[in-house]
Amino acid sequence: MATKASRSAARLMMAPAVVLLLGWMLVPLIMTLIFSFKKYLPLRGGDLGWVGFDNYVRFVTSSAFWPAVQATLMIVGGVLAITVIFGVLLAMLLDQPMWGQGVVRILVIAPFFVMPTVSALVWKNMFMDPVNGVFAHLWKAFGAEPIQWLTQASLPSIIIIVAWQWLPFATLILLTAIQSLDGEQLEAAEMDGAPPLKRFWYIVLPHLGRAITVVVLIQTIFLLGIFAEIFVTTQGSFGTKTLTYLIFQRVLESQNVGLGSAGGVYAIILANIVAIFLMRIVGKNLDA
Amino acid sequence: MARAVTNQRKAINTAFAWAIGLLIFFPILWTILTSFKTEAEAIASPPYFLFFDWTLENYAVVQERSNYARYLWNSIVIAGGSTLLGVIIAVPAAWSMAFVPSKRTKDILMWMLSTKMLPAVGVLYPIYLIFIKMGLLDTKIGLVVVLMLINLPIIVWMLYTYFREIPGEILEAARIDGATLREEILYVLTPMAIPGIASTILLNVILAWNEAFWTLNLTAAKAGPLTAFIASYSSPEGLFYAKLSAASTMAIAPILILGWFSQKQLVRGLTFGAVK
Amino acid sequence: MGRITLDQVTKSFGSVQVIPPLDLTIEDGEFTVFVGPSGCGKSTLLRLIAGLEDISSGQIRIDKQDATHVPPAKRGLAMVFQSYALYPHMSVRKNIAFPLKMAQMDQAEIDRRVNGAAEVLNLTDYLDRRPGQLSGGQRQRVAIGRAIVREPAAFLFDEPLSNLDAALRVGMRLEISELHKRLKTTMIYVTHDQVEAMTMADRIVVLQAGVIEQVGSPLELYREPRNLFVAGFIGSPRMNFIEGPEAAKYDAHTIGIRPEHIAVAEGDGAWSGVVGVAEHLGSDTFFHIHETGLAETITVRADGEVGFNHGDRITLSPRTDMIHRFDASGLRIA
Repeated sequence: MATKASRSAARLMMAPAVVLLLGWMLVPLIMTLIFSFKKYLPLRGGDLGWVGFDNYVRFVTSSAFWPAVQATLMIVGGVLAITVIFGVLLAMLLDQPMWGQGVVRILVIAPFFVMPTVSALVWKNMFMDPVNGVFAHLWKAFGAEPIQWLTQASLPSIIIIVAWQWLPFATLILLTAIQSLDGEQLEAAEMDGAPPLKRFWYIVLPHLGRAITVVVLIQTIFLLGIFAEIFVTTQGSFGTKTLTYLIFQRVLESQNVGLGSAGGVYAIILANIVAIFLMRIVGKNLDA
Repeated sequence: MARAVTNQRKAINTAFAWAIGLLIFFPILWTILTSFKTEAEAIASPPYFLFFDWTLENYAVVQERSNYARYLWNSIVIAGGSTLLGVIIAVPAAWSMAFVPSKRTKDILMWMLSTKMLPAVGVLYPIYLIFIKMGLLDTKIGLVVVLMLINLPIIVWMLYTYFREIPGEILEAARIDGATLREEILYVLTPMAIPGIASTILLNVILAWNEAFWTLNLTAAKAGPLTAFIASYSSPEGLFYAKLSAASTMAIAPILILGWFSQKQLVRGLTFGAVK
Repeated sequence: MGRITLDQVTKSFGSVQVIPPLDLTIEDGEFTVFVGPSGCGKSTLLRLIAGLEDISSGQIRIDKQDATHVPPAKRGLAMVFQSYALYPHMSVRKNIAFPLKMAQMDQAEIDRRVNGAAEVLNLTDYLDRRPGQLSGGQRQRVAIGRAIVREPAAFLFDEPLSNLDAALRVGMRLEISELHKRLKTTMIYVTHDQVEAMTMADRIVVLQAGVIEQVGSPLELYREPRNLFVAGFIGSPRMNFIEGPEAAKYDAHTIGIRPEHIAVAEGDGAWSGVVGVAEHLGSDTFFHIHETGLAETITVRADGEVGFNHGDRITLSPRTDMIHRFDASGLRIA
């Protein structure tokens, strides 16, 4: 709905952003695709020719693959469960009238702003260290034997660290959603004789449905790619090697680019499956 | 609509919420406190909470030994540069989509978002290779470009949602009043969108500051920002708790402060407007 | 100085033609109102004249010069928008001065014109406020001020009063009319409110689905509506339409009679019916009458003192010289 002049101006002004993103997407993507069909070892002979789907088969059949899938699912699932459940509870608590609400909000949100390397290191050394960590002190205070967190309970440790980082995100979004709930709806339900628990189940939770879906999808996309937390804690050992970390090792540590690229293609496909659902929700909202 | 709540109820809420808030905040608080302890106090058992000899020594040591200032400068250049560059590219694009929408506008927006979903590890080697070939490895300019590109969809998207709240009639009025396209964007749209542009910048500085995949994989000693600086503490140096804490505190303090201003924008920017 | 001619102008959005070929001339100094139901294309037509939309074919001339491809700023027109479109970050003074600044006029002249406009519009005390600190009526005046200072060939108003409350609307209506009397500049005014059209216009253009149904002075439209649509649209309450045997008596497919041209009484009359609702406005009373055998409801406008009530059976006497006759295709029979 505008004149031809403004439409052509618009196209021109959109061009830089579109061209840059197109290049950013296509060039590396095509290169990854090409590498994935090659035996490519930069430090041991370089490009050794086409090998068809060899890399794809080898990546899936390697002994590291299924444990990596399992570790990825455990981390993503564990963090999602913790952040969504506690996020809903926390959001409902923060929505109640209280003194110093603003300050509490800030306290709860703060972990989101801590850079991943810092939170991973602080947790690893100052909390989970079996000798000097805060947890060790706590366990000893109760007369228990301190846990070797990152070796004996490596996956739960990583899940705790990552969940701590993402709980604020979930809480903040769910709190925003709760605040948009019409108070009169709850009062109507109360007049209709619904006790608090039923009001939560039949009114609040359905209202939050969309926000929870969005939290789950966005977090899944970010969680599939977590890297720094593993890089500075376990370096992928003790069963914490996720798909992302496995691909990173194949590509940069063992410099088997062909194999790593095939893994990269799998990761892209996986992320796209999640992305499709997210985009649908976002797209619907765009029309409204 | 609002109902009176008894003070007793409010007191219970308050106690409960503060307890949980402090629990969640505790790791950060503990890090800040530890940064003022001596190394011996930092590992004392049982630990000291507040009653120790406060010292600034750790900050001095970190600064001296590891060239903290250079990493800080790198972080500022990379986060600030990538955000500014992104905004300059995104403002015209967002203007186009918000005020001259076409049938393809929605598709373009969705496509831009989809590039954000591309897992970084899937394109790690190509980017690495391109960086080597172009001599960009371990340079600030290389990271500025990469972080600008990964955040560009969010910047465009946020600006787009802010621009859409500005009534198109105002821009049409400017056009009738004789403003050229440049003047329309410079004198009318931008001043009206300042709050939105500021929040966009804020959120993206935070995201770029904390980015820890590309910054770890594409830098070494020269262009490394604070994420890389802290990662270097994962070696035995991390056992010096007080110094680790001082370094960490310095790395997160600026962003914690910025972050507190940007709570609302966070929701909008990270959910692409899907939650209001 | 402000004669606007539309020659075979059309507008399509995609494959939908919202304005079929249309010819219209607006004379210099005339107050022309485009009126019609929402979605009739009146705002689109205004935006085509302003240059905010391209026309799909045809030609627009302003003072004999072809303006079809001239950008909006160069057409010498000023526009007042429905939302006023004030720049919220600028003071009233800067808002009014903006078009002059864009034209790179020198500061002394800008000040002179802004102060002049502010005086005319009673805005002198508000010049340093922001639009957000003004009432609806004041914002409206600022928008008009921003238009006046440009000394345009014509003013375009796009439903400028629809965001004001009823009392203010009547006041602003008068102010705009007085402004026109003083400036004598061409004004084109878009509204869906036929009362605004009747009270303000020199000439009314009635539009429906992008087509001009009739052009004429308010009284011409009232007295001789060209078809059923105009007859029904102009006048309040609406004209009564009667079909069937009663219309046949007048050699017409449909006859129309305005509520104010029917008398009600208890005694003898041409028609009869039962009073449904009586709306007492004080000066007038509107009776909605059922069971006439002519149409579902016949509306009658009577004097405020006429005291019939719900359920009364009464008789109706139309003024036969005020009956409008229409043929089967809805066109007026002369």
